[in-house]
Order: sequence, then structure tokens, then C-alpha cells
Amino acid sequence: MGRTLAEKVWEAHVVRAGENGEPDLLYIDLHLLHEVTSPQAFDGLRLAGRPIRRLDLTIATEDHNTPTLNIDQPIADPVSRTQIETLRKNCAEFGVRLHPLGDIDQGIVHVVGPQLGLTQPGMTVVCGDSHTSTHGAFGALAFGIGTSEVEHVMATQTLPLKPFRTMAINVDGDLPSGTSAKDIILAVIAKIGTGGGQGYVLEYRGSAIRALSMEARMTICNMSIEAGARAGMIAPDDITFDYVKGRRHAAEGEDWDAAVEYWRTLRTDDDATFDTEVHLSAPDLEPFVTWGTNPGQGSPLSASVPDPAAIADPDARQAAERALTYMDLTAGTPLREIAVDTVFIGSCTNGRIEDLRTAAAVVNGRQKADSVRVLVVPGSARVRLQAESEGLDQVFTAFGAEWRQAGCSMCLGMNPDQLAPGERSASTSNRNFEGRQGKGGRTHLVSPAVAAATAVRGTLSSPSDLEPATGPGGPGLEVSSQQGASTGR
Amino acid sequence: MEKFSTHTGVGVPLRRSNVDTDQIIPAVYLKRVTRTGFEDGLFAAWRQDPAFVLNQEAYKAGSVLVAGPDFGTGSSREHAVWALNDYGFRVVLSSRFADIFRGNSGKAGLLAGIVEQADIEKLWTALESRPGTEVTVDLTARTAVCGDLTVGFEVDDYTRWRLLEGLDDIGLTLRHVDAVTAFESNRPHFLPTTLPAR
Repeated sequence: MGRTLAEKVWEAHVVRAGENGEPDLLYIDLHLLHEVTSPQAFDGLRLAGRPIRRLDLTIATEDHNTPTLNIDQPIADPVSRTQIETLRKNCAEFGVRLHPLGDIDQGIVHVVGPQLGLTQPGMTVVCGDSHTSTHGAFGALAFGIGTSEVEHVMATQTLPLKPFRTMAINVDGDLPSGTSAKDIILAVIAKIGTGGGQGYVLEYRGSAIRALSMEARMTICNMSIEAGARAGMIAPDDITFDYVKGRRHAAEGEDWDAAVEYWRTLRTDDDATFDTEVHLSAPDLEPFVTWGTNPGQGSPLSASVPDPAAIADPDARQAAERALTYMDLTAGTPLREIAVDTVFIGSCTNGRIEDLRTAAAVVNGRQKADSVRVLVVPGSARVRLQAESEGLDQVFTAFGAEWRQAGCSMCLGMNPDQLAPGERSASTSNRNFEGRQGKGGRTHLVSPAVAAATAVRGTLSSPSDLEPATGPGGPGLEVSSQQGASTGR
Repeated sequence: MEKFSTHTGVGVPLRRSNVDTDQIIPAVYLKRVTRTGFEDGLFAAWRQDPAFVLNQEAYKAGSVLVAGPDFGTGSSREHAVWALNDYGFRVVLSSRFADIFRGNSGKAGLLAGIVEQADIEKLWTALESRPGTEVTVDLTARTAVCGDLTVGFEVDDYTRWRLLEGLDDIGLTLRHVDAVTAFESNRPHFLPTTLPAR
């Protein structure tokens, strides 16, 4: 009986199989920390007099609270400052490697791990952040945990876990031009719902997935949690190995060869079965946007705001009614006519270099709509420097966008980058929950290309809606190919 | 962790599905570095609406939350569980919980019981027809009793045992520390380490 990718990685990490309904004890290869979900875990260790078991498998950075302006000055919000300072004190006391604000390797924790070459195929990766699923793009089993579990991993380098079920998400065929990984995952979530993945590890498969760059694969795995799944995975292949090779923490020489030999076994066997299978046809996809207040409430950009009365399921109907009230939208309004106040390009979903290249190629030689504020926030300091070396910062600032320092920023508004009450955004982030980007703010989730086109027209748009650019362009920008170059080697 | 066997308290009907953790506690309330004091953040946006259920006198002292499906979706923030605990909730009943939220509840001593949606509807009706009605939740019997109404709930055996005994996971795992050490001695050489930093 064949095994799935998820089962192979799981079985390779079982320290002790559970007996009599106990969970298995799973070894954790990499533990990522940030300032928000770690302070209480460090406190717990201190109270119990426990050390961190494997400092050499632990790394921290600052991302959720960090400002994206004036980072050389003290953080203005005293509560945010305390949380950052607490992380610094804790890391110093326990001996954890930390990349603080201002460090060249600082950034969103899920951008930093892969960039350093610490995320590799077949590993188990955890972090006190639900978007840890991002690292599954490498064929790692990666998932978010709560603070009690953070303390547990610190103390034991393991987690007690019940096995997940497995779900195949098959995406076949060629993606139409103008669509991207973000459109795939938004369509997947709309199809299976925000609870559809509960209890599952998703494995994204099929020719459309195989054709994607690592950065695009990270976008897809990142939002697995939005379908309720703990983790999403993609079997590693040459695209994965090329991305990891030469990074600072990648193996070299014979160790590298041994790694690749092992990694090539990390695929679902032909005779393995999934508990559930879902199929999506890539050629049928188009740019996808959300209209509601959960990531499953989305539609193709060419559609209109749905009419809740037409939804048969009473629970879904009530949720849609509530969402339209909160979003201040009227059923039947074409999505393309929805005007936004802010465009946010960034986050662990779409804050990597390829995303910035895509957005820059759309806005190059154009001016933003007067009514729109445009924030571009690189996912890490290295992504920022890479973008600047390519002149993307100049493209964005000439367009009228604000070019910021790295961090989570407006994805969740823990720093000053927030929507005002009633403000509406087109955002490349991952959650359109009520108030997520600022109290009373209204969020439409979109791809980088749609975000960029929306910033030009002021209403939800795709690049195909734009007239040819007339202004002077930047240095030879084209919409980036699927195979993005890498940063931070 | 405190032991949990039975609990009796005011039931609060929350007729909403997909209550994500950003609604349970918005991100701006996550900046504390302590493990307590999160009650102010609980449902912070909704509590500004005078009609919200927790703003009604009869439900204010609630400790058993009866919610719609897909409770606790989104962010992994354990602060959502702490906020419910700090407010005074000991039990949440729903037909479906997000995985991370359910796991966090078990670790932090909040009982997350899975109840059939039809039974949730019955509980809602009972709690709304007599606001302030108490619900008795019995973890041993896995039942919730509200007046004449008795509904069963599911909670996995391992979590139930840990809650009944008040056991701490780290202590349980450290009993197997030799197995962890043995596992570590066999990890492949090519795996990366964060130290020394490169």
C-alpha cells in the first residue's frame, strides 16, 4: 500500500507512536519564533526552570508589530515596543538567534525561513503563526501552533499530535495569462469552504502546480489554513532543489547529494490513496477576488456581488447577508465597479520578490488613481534590497505608491499601518475578516496583478482592463516569468 | 492546569458561523506579554453594539458559549482561548471547530465540545426563550444539560483525560525524553541548523 507525501514526512518524524488513543510524539526540525506568540512561552520555561532543548533548531525575528517607517527610531506605540523588547530580552537570556528590526535578515518569519535556506523538503516546521503552512511549498510538513505548543516545542523539540487526514487538490492544465497562484488558492477556498480542510493536510498536485515557481507555491500553501487545513504541501522537485541550493543553510557536497537523493523519494506513491480528492481546471480560472468577510466568500472578478437570497444553505445565506452589510455592498453590483481607498501589496502571502516584480510590471509607466493610497511592503529586508537593486522601488514611487520597510504591516494592522473605519482595501494578504486590517476596515483579497491594476483604476480591476501605459517606464520591466529569481542567498 | 469535571453556568447563544479568532480577539489586543488580562479584547468590536448578546444583562455572567459552526477559524493566537477564559467562559459548544483553536483550548483548560448542529439549534432556542438559563456540562458523561434538554457532545479521549486530570503536556512528554534523545542521534546529517548563524 503506497503512502502519501504527508504520511511519509509524518512517519519519518515519529519519536514515539501513541498507544491507546494517545497522540504520536512528533519531532520538530525547525521552530520559528516571533514577538507576538512567544512571550508567555518563555515565561512558562522560566517558571519551570527549563531550557530550550535545541537552540540550533530555533530562530526568531520581529515582524507583526514592527513599523514600516522610521525604523531607526524607537517604536512609538509603547505596548508594541514592550513586546519587541521582551523578545529581545528573552532571546538574549535563552540564547536564541534573533534577527531584530534593522537587521538585514529581519522580515516576516515565513519569508525569512525559506530565504535563509532553513526550510527544506521533508522537514517538520512549526511556528506560533497559522501561516506556517507556507513552508509546505518545499514538501515540508509545516503548521501553526498556539503558545502552549510553542513552549512545548521549546522544552522538548517535539509535539504530541494526532495524524491528519489527507486531501489531494488536483489543479491541471495551463493557467491563463493574468492569473496566478493567488487566484488558484482563492478559487480552491471558495470551492471547499473555510471549513473544508479541517483535519486535513492538503497536497496540491497536477500540472498547473508543477509549473509554478517556489514563490508561487508558497502563496498557495500559505493560504491552506484559510480553507481550515492545518497544512498544505507540494512534493519537492527540481524547482524546489534549485531554489534551496546555495542558500546559506543548505547542505553542500556529499551532504547535498544525500539530501537530494532522499528528497526525490518525497512524493505520493502512485498506489497511495487520499481520504478526499478535489479537482480544479486551471484553464477555467480567472482573476479571483473576495467580496465577503471570510476568504471563502470570493468570486471571479467578472462576476457581481452575489445575492444572498439565492443561497440555499440558511447558514451560508445568513453569513453572506451579514458580510454584505459589513462590507457595505449591494447584491448585483459588478465587482469591477467597487472602488477602493487603499491598495496593500505585501504579507507572507504575496510579499516576495516575484510578487513585487509582478506588481511593478503592471504599474510601470503609469500613475495611481488620485483617490487611492498604495502601500508596498516587502516581506523581508532582503526582498526590499533585492527590489531596490532591480529599480522596483523607483517604479513604485514614480507610480505614487509608498515604498516601506519589511514586516507584516497592514495584513493585520498590529503596527500603525491600518485601515480607518469604513475604509476599503484591495489587499494581497490572506484574511478579509471584519476589522482585520483596522477596526471597521473592509478588505478585498486579490492577487498582486489585480492589486496593481486596481491601484491604477481605483476600482477592482485586472491588468487586462488597463489601457497601454503612456508614461516613461522603468528599466526593462516585464511581467515576471513563473520562474522567479531568488533572494538572500 | 486546573482539573475539569463538571461545570454549571449561564449559557450564551452566539448565532454566528465562522467566528474567526480576529473576532474573538482583534490583533491590537495581542500586544500583552502576560498570560492573563485579555478579557477586554473578547469580541471587542461586537461588544460595541448594545444589542450584542454579551451586552444583555441576562447573559453577561455567561460561562458556556453556544456558537455556530466553524468556531475559531483563522489565526493560531492562543490569546483567543485566554480571552474566553479571562472573561469567565469555561466551555464552548459548536458543531465544528477550527483545528488549532480546538487544540489550544485543550492546552489551556477551556472545554471545546462538538455538538450536532440540530442540538445547537435546540440549545439556542432554550437559551433565548429563557435568557440567563444555566447549562450543566459534564465531561465524564459528555453531556450538556439545559432544563429538560440533554445533548451529548464529543471531545477526543486524550483531551478529555488530560482535562479531567488537569495534566500538563510538557510533563507528559518529558517522561519520554530518552526516546527523543534516541531519535535525535539518528537524524540525517544534511538537515539544517540555525546555529552557527550563516
